[in-house]
Amino acid sequence: MAQDVVAEVDFDVIVIGGGVAGTVCAYQLAKAGKQVVLIERGEQPGSKNLSGGVFYCRVMEQVFPNFVKEAPIERQITRNVLSFLNPTSHFNIDYWDQRLAEPVNAVTVLRAKLDVWLSEQCEAAGVMVMPSVRVDSLLFDGDQVVGVKAGQDELHAHVVVAADGVNSFIAQEAGIRVKEANKHLAVGVKSVIGLPQKVIEDRFGVTGNEGVAYAVVGDCTQTVAGGGFLYTNKESVSVGVVLRLDDLEAKGLKSSEVHDHFLQHPAIAPLLRDGELLEYGCHLTIEDGPKMSSHDITRPGLIIIGDAAGFTLNTGLTIRGMDLAAGSGIAAAKTIVGALERGEYSQHAMDDYKYQLDASFVGADMKTYAKAPDFLDVSRMYKEYGLLLADIFHDIYNLDTTPRKHVAATALGAFGRSNLKLTTTIGDALKAARAL
Amino acid sequence: MIGFGDVTQRLAGNSYNVDEDSHIELDQELARNTGTGKLLVKVCPAQVYSEKEDGSIGILFAACLECGTCRAVASPGSLKWHYPKGGFGISFREG
Repeated sequence: MAQDVVAEVDFDVIVIGGGVAGTVCAYQLAKAGKQVVLIERGEQPGSKNLSGGVFYCRVMEQVFPNFVKEAPIERQITRNVLSFLNPTSHFNIDYWDQRLAEPVNAVTVLRAKLDVWLSEQCEAAGVMVMPSVRVDSLLFDGDQVVGVKAGQDELHAHVVVAADGVNSFIAQEAGIRVKEANKHLAVGVKSVIGLPQKVIEDRFGVTGNEGVAYAVVGDCTQTVAGGGFLYTNKESVSVGVVLRLDDLEAKGLKSSEVHDHFLQHPAIAPLLRDGELLEYGCHLTIEDGPKMSSHDITRPGLIIIGDAAGFTLNTGLTIRGMDLAAGSGIAAAKTIVGALERGEYSQHAMDDYKYQLDASFVGADMKTYAKAPDFLDVSRMYKEYGLLLADIFHDIYNLDTTPRKHVAATALGAFGRSNLKLTTTIGDALKAARAL
Repeated sequence: MIGFGDVTQRLAGNSYNVDEDSHIELDQELARNTGTGKLLVKVCPAQVYSEKEDGSIGILFAACLECGTCRAVASPGSLKWHYPKGGFGISFREG
């Protein structure tokens, strides 16, 4: 067992990064009476952060019992649309259910607002929030992480939490995590389009503070692996594309043009009509969370949480990151509180984090969806299946005076005209059943 | 793009605190020989990278949205990209 005594510390814990993972972790530690500093490189927490999906927020009740009432959320998502998009058609699965608001299960957020609120809760709980400071590297004593370096300043702590996001400079530059494979990463390109509240309600068929979230596959990405998203905020719509880096490179397309193509698509443009661009942004995201998070996520005196650890899930239907970030922040805080009480910061002490993750929905869901990225790698998802669905329904609704066939025969006819083979399609269906 | 302007016009609506030092450094020769230069021009959503007439790559670091895509796709050793110093760079107002 390594020597666990660190002579002088400035804080019990240093948290690097003021996103959902970092603020939740810092808040939990401060609530447990620990001395915590939260270091954020942006001019305020949230100013470097961007979301591309809804926040499945039930986990936040563990931290803030009145989260939905008190936090600056945009809309409660009660309508989910899965859209197979083709150049001149789409096939949508449109699911609206008021039970999704009883209790509220998912919300849209604007991170520049949410993260500021989260950091204010941290400050109120006693966390020292230090914005506009970029951590440059970790400080080591042998194998033990004992603090951080920012410019000329050094800060020492018993435990350092790396919540520094998908680029994970801290862990990579310390040689703890290798550079991530491009197949596991994607770039999200997003516009926030301002629209009056009444227009959003009328256009999207929502009332009050309810909202809609679209997940789109197919022509939105010009067949690049990935997808499109669109969701309603109070007085704006967030819309954009997520493009897997290896496939973006292979297809030779320009990321900004793929984004523009999606916003101009005849199925999407009417939803944005007369809107005003409020912000154009981009952010890297994770396409294969289960693989990325299976790498090292602890070292003596160090725990990695949130996107930096790879906690993102794309299940095809739901795209999750913020809930897993919060869950990993809670798990890390539990481990650190125990470690501080025992005065033990060894590798063994930090590895309790993996046990805490496995005891929560984070570890369980990462295992359940371990095969989802492989299924989403099926290129037919991005073109052929959307076209097939539209062809089947075209045959049903296009009453061109030719004699009608039963639905099953119509579907088989459309299938026969497609480029798909029955065996590959059955194989894909089985793969989906196992992976999703 | 219809209604929302080109990328340069769109970025003009964003909020930046621009550092005087660039946080991006490209090895022009490696970028040319490996194809990294042309690749960066395509993948960067902020169009930070542009190909000049002589084949070298122009870098408009002030426009960077700090996603890290360039760092992920660049061939080993061709690009030094780090976050700007604390408090500098993009400040998203919406997110």
